[in-house]
Amino acid sequence: MKEKILTNVRIIDPSQKMDEIGDVVIDEKGKIKSIGKKSDTSESAEKIDLKGLVAIPGLVDMKAFVGEPGFEYKENFRTLSQAALAGGVTSIVTMPNTKPVIDNVSMVDFIIRRGRDKAKVNLFPCASITRQMEGNQMTEFGLLKARGIIGFSDVNKTIQNSELMSRIMNYASDIDVLIMQHAEDYELAKNSCINQGEVATRLGLQGVSDIAEKIIIERDLSLLSEFPCRYHINQISSKNSLNVIKKNKSNGIKFSTGVSINNLSLNQNDIGEFRTFLKLSPPLRSEEDRLSLIEGIKNDLINVIVSDHIPEDEESKRLPFAQAATGSIGIETLLSLSLELYHNESLPLEKIIKCLTINPAKILKIDKGSLKEGSDADICIFDLEKPWVVKAEELKSKSKNTAIENRKLQGKVKMTLLQGEVVYSN
Amino acid sequence: MATKKKVTAVKNTPKHLLGIQNLSVLEAKEILTEAKSFIKLNRGSSKKLDVLRGKTQINLFFEPSTRTQSSFDLAGKRLGADVMTMNMGNSALKKGETLIDTAMTLNAMHPDIIVIRHQDSGAPNLLSQKVNCTVINAGDGRREHPTQALLDALTIINRKGNIEGLKIAICGDILHSRVARSNIYLMNMLGAEVNVIAPKTLMPEGIDNLGVKSFTDMKKGLDGCDIVMMLRLQNERMQGSFLPSKREYYEFFGLTPEKLKFAKKDALLMHPGPMNRGVEIDTKLADDINVSLVKEQVELGVAVRMACLKLYCK
Repeated sequence: MKEKILTNVRIIDPSQKMDEIGDVVIDEKGKIKSIGKKSDTSESAEKIDLKGLVAIPGLVDMKAFVGEPGFEYKENFRTLSQAALAGGVTSIVTMPNTKPVIDNVSMVDFIIRRGRDKAKVNLFPCASITRQMEGNQMTEFGLLKARGIIGFSDVNKTIQNSELMSRIMNYASDIDVLIMQHAEDYELAKNSCINQGEVATRLGLQGVSDIAEKIIIERDLSLLSEFPCRYHINQISSKNSLNVIKKNKSNGIKFSTGVSINNLSLNQNDIGEFRTFLKLSPPLRSEEDRLSLIEGIKNDLINVIVSDHIPEDEESKRLPFAQAATGSIGIETLLSLSLELYHNESLPLEKIIKCLTINPAKILKIDKGSLKEGSDADICIFDLEKPWVVKAEELKSKSKNTAIENRKLQGKVKMTLLQGEVVYSN
Repeated sequence: MATKKKVTAVKNTPKHLLGIQNLSVLEAKEILTEAKSFIKLNRGSSKKLDVLRGKTQINLFFEPSTRTQSSFDLAGKRLGADVMTMNMGNSALKKGETLIDTAMTLNAMHPDIIVIRHQDSGAPNLLSQKVNCTVINAGDGRREHPTQALLDALTIINRKGNIEGLKIAICGDILHSRVARSNIYLMNMLGAEVNVIAPKTLMPEGIDNLGVKSFTDMKKGLDGCDIVMMLRLQNERMQGSFLPSKREYYEFFGLTPEKLKFAKKDALLMHPGPMNRGVEIDTKLADDINVSLVKEQVELGVAVRMACLKLYCK
């Protein structure tokens, strides 16, 4: 590979507190050689003029579902990586709720090989916390970690058994693995498909109170004070949960928190008359909750924004709301939808990018999300101002269940580089 | 320069009756006026009209029903439609057929009206997006039961002359009741004041935003009411531990002659049926023809459904 130089680009890299117009020089090995105003480069370097555009580290998405194995008709490694790169995402944490579940070493080998062959993106697979995600017995954390598992998550399931959860934390603390919990009390959330409240009452749907989320977070953080391990709450959705997080952080408990871009950009009223693509878990809640989540990011109570990319085929969404599948795709629109929060003056740009790059990388303990000299040149280049309209059929995912069909957004990815190579451009 | 004439297809979008929420006051009143004209017809000896002759009506019932189903069945037949009733309870779903598949199959047979009852809220809305005939909601989940509310309104009008200015109490399992929701919307729309009375565990969140006052005490809730609507308490609510026991429920929320005294002197009693005697209502009270409008509700149900079928199947 020839040396590359990206010139005249606005570089925003929260890991170096950098926001300036300058050059990015990429060496022959696909690493960042130099970055910033001054650049030294050989004459033979390939020059790419990016005037008017912004370069940030490639996004790190901590929660996406790839259909392989078992659900290839919803998404596969190839389509997921295409969608990711079109959205400026260069590192993806993949969820283990495949068929079969990724809960043993041989499955890990399979997906790592498969991902390497089919995907053009950095993949960081998760394994389940418990076998078959049944919440009964923990998986082989040590062995799985040794084979390349980045963290453990039962995805949309929650460890209900408090004794088991305490043992998981206790065991995990010793071998330094990341435990990612989806916080939902099963009994309180039984049969629910929407936030509890007026909207649920009007639509005649079974709602779930945010207490179902809060109660698990409270329990886990109590356990965590006893068994400090690397603990991450996948997605929170309410003001109440945020208050618990605030209290515990000020008591010195160490953990991290994520939020789905959907919960930051939409609320329960967007469900309208049974729009099943907006059936999500955790559910969309009130506008007050949404605004509090934005505050949470401002105050560093929430560290990560995820796409919560869940591809679902049309058949599983074309059903009455209560029966329809849960989740929406979002990896390709993650950045653009996040930028909406900048354009509507909810959040500063630097903060948004931080939650999409260096913060998740730090939680995962991976060498990504930064454009420091010497790091891999995984770069997302976007036009901050460009207006566009989300059209499901134009998205690259195999499934088209986007929650933001026809939404007018501002800011679009122009080019994505992976280890110095241009892997996407439009 | 010659410009190409733009051809736009005129899409024939049928009208649907999906819920009271989607209805305007005028539309509701139109249905009620139309229904009035059928009351006499139904009481006469020759009951058959040919308004819907040549039309096909399919009653698609995914949930068991006696009253609503037979009422729609009769209503269609009296208007001259060809009526087919399908009880989907255990056939299609067991074979794994989805609602949409069923809808497409039926749609291919060119019906003019589909009357649907489904256990999931929003199922009629989904159906209406996929077929090109009129869809009438005969009850979906806990969301709406528009024809029940309309027949309740007609029954009240028949007795009291008007709904405007009346005070109406709806009492019982509000949380799971589509009848309650549709009635709240309709009675509000027609100018009544609505109280809902239920134990806390059967009261949905945000109900006050629907324009009602909520009570947990029968005495307070019934105070000054002209109409008392009782709702059926389903047995499975006991297992879900919404309530301690039937006995306790009857003690505090069952309608007895003593409790009815909290309402106005000439207050009338309604119930969408089927009744659980001794659970939500005293058995003597239920049969008291001076107070109970239950039979009239059933009678006028046919008239209301005839009106809906006629007005929506044009």
